[in-house]
Amino acid sequence: MTSAPATTEVAHLDLTRKPRPWDTAARAIFRVAAALTIAITLGILVALIVPSIEFFSEVPINEFLFGTRWAPRFADASFGVVPLVTATAWTTVIALFFAIPLGLGAAIFMSEFAHKRTRKILKPVLEVLAGIPTVVYGYFAVQFIQATVFRDWLNLDTGSFSVLSAGFVMGIMIIPTIASISEDAMSAVPNSLRQGSAALGANRRQTSLKVVFPAALSGIIAAIVLGISRAVGETMIVALAAGQQARIVGGPLEAGQTMTGFIANAALGDSRVGSLEYNTLFAVGLLLFLITLLINMISIWIVRRFREAY
Amino acid sequence: MNASTDNARASQTVGSTNTIVHGSALPSLEVPVIDCDSVSIFYDDFRAVHDVNFGCKRNEITALIGPSGCGKSTVLRSFNRMNDLIEGARVEGSITYHGEDIYGPDVDAIEVRRRIGMVFQKPNPFPKSIYDNIAYGPRVNGMKVESMDDLVEEALTKAALWDEVKDKLKQSAFGLSGGQQQRLCIARTIAVQPEVILMDEPCSALDPIATLRIEDLMQELRKDYTIVIVTHNMQQAARVADRTAFFTAEASDTTGDRTGVLVEFGDTATIFESPHDKRTEDYISGRFG
Ligand SMILES: Nc1ncnc2c1ncn2[C@@H]1O[C@H](COP(=O)(O)OP(=O)(O)O)[C@@H](O)[C@H]1O
Ligand SMILES: [Mg+2]
Repeated sequence: MTSAPATTEVAHLDLTRKPRPWDTAARAIFRVAAALTIAITLGILVALIVPSIEFFSEVPINEFLFGTRWAPRFADASFGVVPLVTATAWTTVIALFFAIPLGLGAAIFMSEFAHKRTRKILKPVLEVLAGIPTVVYGYFAVQFIQATVFRDWLNLDTGSFSVLSAGFVMGIMIIPTIASISEDAMSAVPNSLRQGSAALGANRRQTSLKVVFPAALSGIIAAIVLGISRAVGETMIVALAAGQQARIVGGPLEAGQTMTGFIANAALGDSRVGSLEYNTLFAVGLLLFLITLLINMISIWIVRRFREAY
Repeated sequence: MNASTDNARASQTVGSTNTIVHGSALPSLEVPVIDCDSVSIFYDDFRAVHDVNFGCKRNEITALIGPSGCGKSTVLRSFNRMNDLIEGARVEGSITYHGEDIYGPDVDAIEVRRRIGMVFQKPNPFPKSIYDNIAYGPRVNGMKVESMDDLVEEALTKAALWDEVKDKLKQSAFGLSGGQQQRLCIARTIAVQPEVILMDEPCSALDPIATLRIEDLMQELRKDYTIVIVTHNMQQAARVADRTAFFTAEASDTTGDRTGVLVEFGDTATIFESPHDKRTEDYISGRFG
């Protein structure tokens, strides 16, 4: 009984390799796609670095990084980037101040408390919010938040622009990003953990904050980092609402030009390719890139350090 | 209702319509800790179990056996209101804990779960350290503990895991083997000092050696706790349980839904050696269709 089929079957046994053209083609296509992605990224990096090198041959790197006066187009030009960095820091921090609590709150609500039906409605709405063009947000910040709310209604001591209105509106803009990605991360936490927690007498709040949230931490950090990157790199809102004057920003109601705001502004001008003014653009762009990279690296470290993998 | 005050050793046959009655005249120790009376459980309109009547006595192990889909897990989950987490789940009839209806209007499901703990089919440790897995329950319940370290050690010792993990309490619980993880889940349950422990096929994801360890542990825990275990493994029920409830699923005449019913409940030896109901006998002897 056990040995019956052996002999006849073996004659047909063929273990040699057969050509699989589709497999080969698919692998080639994916390989090309991967290579292209890397090549494009490297290309952009080179395009940033080459003019930057030229820039730093004329302006000492120290003066650029630590100088406190940014006046690249003045007769007595000065290339201290600190003012731009302060404006970027203010708008980003203000944006995150609103976006992180609200975004995570919305995510916890949707994932842990809302009924299925509520979530089904809420999530697409949130994602639509993420699709509003940033120029609309920028206009909203200048015209409504700054002019109407801050100046007319609240009588705040502020000019036509402020990092607060720009940052606040930018925060609203990134809430959907943070909420949606964190919600995905928390929904992916297995239900067995929620059940285990409930069976020990934990209530929903305890389960969501002490079990689900830490288990989803790496996804949540990824959401926040994406939010930070968007805030640091966001251009239209700050160009419209934060102000165009490069000065060190000392408070939320002051105006100031951010790094992206400067790039947008300068790129509109007619600076000659290869001129110092032209190269300045790329030096600021490179700095922006390095800051984003640093934030990413810190977040990877945080995730490694605090992750509770399931 | 057939009132019966026979001694508890007697097995009783329960059809889908009639009711088993626990010896209400017996001394208080014999009064069931958990008692179901005419319990039916629904998922939306689907009746998953119908008219279940039996009780689980203190310091005994009660096994729920039967073919899969007959509602064993459903019944078990209703004992500590874990069904509340499932949208559309609904319990009819009464389930009492020391005589108090756990589905009563003023009852807090969280209070019920503190006293009636649960161990699941698949080990589900939290993605935290071994120590924090144990400390979690006492912490969320705001238990006043003199020394959390002592409590952790005690729970792990009772769950026969202390010697294996005492040097790596700060390490992730995910580094443990499946059997160790399941004992950790038992320790975690013990740490909130419940009176009853519900176990839903706690060994089905484990190898035979780990299974035997858990069974030994159950015999040990039985001295302090009341245990209800769901198992698909009849040998396991025969080995560990004092009493056994045999469920099966029957198609309803009206809707055609397969609804779980309690066929027979009684002393384990009787259920396995001389069952009163033909369906029990068929199932036990492997002649189940
Ligand atoms: N969460 C649920 N929602 C809807 N129906 C369920 C759910 N859980 C179980 N059921 C149904 O209830 C019946 C009993 O299931 P269950 O209690 O899991 O049986 P057992 O544990 O005996 O295998 C089955 O028909 C099953 O499909
Ligand atoms: Mg089950």
